[in-house]
Amino acid sequence: MMNEEKVMQLKERAKQLRKTAVTMIYEAQSGHPGGSLSAADMVAALYFSELNIDPKDPNWPERDRFVLSKGHVCPILYAALGLRGYFPEAVLHTLRQEGSMLQGHPSMVKCPGIDISTGSLGQGAACAVGMALAGKRDGKDYRVFTMVGDGEVNEGIVWEAMMCANKYKLDNYIMLFDNNGLQLDGTTDEIMPGLDMSKKAADFGFDVYDIDGHDMAQILEAFDRIRAAKNGRPKFINARTVKGKGVDYMENSLDWHGKAPNKAQYESAMEQLERGI
Amino acid sequence: MAIGDMIATRDGFGEEIVKLGQEDRNIYVVDADIGKSCKTGKFMKALPEQYVNVGIAEQNAAAFAAGLATTGKVPFVVTYAVFGSLRMCEMIRQEICYTNLNVKIACSHGGLTPANDGASHQAIEDMGVLRTIPNMTVIQPADYVSAKKLVRAAAETYGPMFLRFTRDAVPVIYDESAEFTIGKAVKLREGGDVAIIAVGDTVRLALEAAAALHEQGVEARVLDMHTVKPLDTEAVNACIADIGKIVTVEDHNIINALGSAVCECVAEAGRGIVRRIGVQDQFGESAPYERLLAKNGITTENIVAQARSLL
Repeated sequence: MMNEEKVMQLKERAKQLRKTAVTMIYEAQSGHPGGSLSAADMVAALYFSELNIDPKDPNWPERDRFVLSKGHVCPILYAALGLRGYFPEAVLHTLRQEGSMLQGHPSMVKCPGIDISTGSLGQGAACAVGMALAGKRDGKDYRVFTMVGDGEVNEGIVWEAMMCANKYKLDNYIMLFDNNGLQLDGTTDEIMPGLDMSKKAADFGFDVYDIDGHDMAQILEAFDRIRAAKNGRPKFINARTVKGKGVDYMENSLDWHGKAPNKAQYESAMEQLERGI
Repeated sequence: MAIGDMIATRDGFGEEIVKLGQEDRNIYVVDADIGKSCKTGKFMKALPEQYVNVGIAEQNAAAFAAGLATTGKVPFVVTYAVFGSLRMCEMIRQEICYTNLNVKIACSHGGLTPANDGASHQAIEDMGVLRTIPNMTVIQPADYVSAKKLVRAAAETYGPMFLRFTRDAVPVIYDESAEFTIGKAVKLREGGDVAIIAVGDTVRLALEAAAALHEQGVEARVLDMHTVKPLDTEAVNACIADIGKIVTVEDHNIINALGSAVCECVAEAGRGIVRRIGVQDQFGESAPYERLLAKNGITTENIVAQARSLL
């Protein structure tokens, strides 16, 4: 049974993450709002419910890992890390500034809580397989979540990583697929058509969970089912999402992949996000 | 192995990595389906729990190894040098060097040694490309003994490293008791007329050339510059100060590896002269290894000639 109160709390957290991420991008006048907003609900569920982590000990060996393979949407991750206390909240105002731990794409050597650096696409998904295999070989219970974009799977290394996760029966490897339908130059179907990812992931040996990536109850239910499925099969969450979710002029818009709002747009965004999705 | 015995540097790697793996359970080998050629077969059999074969997927091999390293493992990613540098280049950059993780890229078939395979498999750009990435160390041992010692040193030293081994048997140069320090050249012969700085399999040619020069009354200092990065600038500057005439020798494009690194020192010193011997900025072909070396002037005779041209 899903706990209604928990769902409500996490939706509130997701709202807070969205507002924080958009504020960061507005203040920096640089960053990627569209994908940050499509990923927000899953990131909230991970950092405020699912991940077994300790912000006071970011490198705790037993911790669950999260690798944001689509590293450009790091504002939403930074928001979660800041609000979980990995660094002072004041740091959230330094995105992309010289000397900041909040680099334009996540850097593990600069920012606590980043399990590995990403930015160049596809690579994080493969790094996460190495982490998951090490956990299995060492007899540890931790799990490794990695979020990949639906444009990101154009990269061949993602498929290499999936084959490898299947070979080594890594049921502690969980790929969250942020299926928002848009990439930089066009829709995912225009750029690389015919990618039925649920079917392909199943063909690659993954257990597949098709969900609405903005429905918190569905996200939590998928996590519950995955936790119970220690069956030697890696996991694939195909999360249907909306790029720019929560801000009307950003939703489903190619223009808002990597652009910062101006003052009027920012104020409108804050008002809409406060109202809730 | 006795001095003069013929054995490939890849064999030194293959033997030492097993010992290292038995001593430290965090040592892993990540193969990409050419383990047999790269001599990881013994490791695979002896230490299956520390062994991974990701298939013909070098990009994944590098990024996967980075993930392993975040958990405290010390992965050696094994393939041919051309793939271990160029095919996985950007994964090395973002996930291994930018992160400064403890991953070793350990490659066989460096230089022109995969001779019959042709240009696709010959690695003439590897050390140069990887030398330009921050945090990376670039090493090529000259013989079987130094291969074993430098693999051990690499395992015991934190940080990203590229280790370049080769296919063909080369004479053992060093006694088993020799000691090696990463970043510290070995002076194999003293001489005041010319300095010959070589790396890898060409060190044997440098020694032959120095012996030939001696017969002609010319005394050559010979350095085994097994670490191309960080370069032993102290040793190079001593050559500049003491002699001022330097020949570099490498089985690599003359652009951007040992010869270039030495030239950088000489240019910054504002004195001295260098002759670079190496692959002449051209692709190889299928041919016997010694023929490919000869076509590029990587020969004892040419080292002698280039040295004499400086006198």
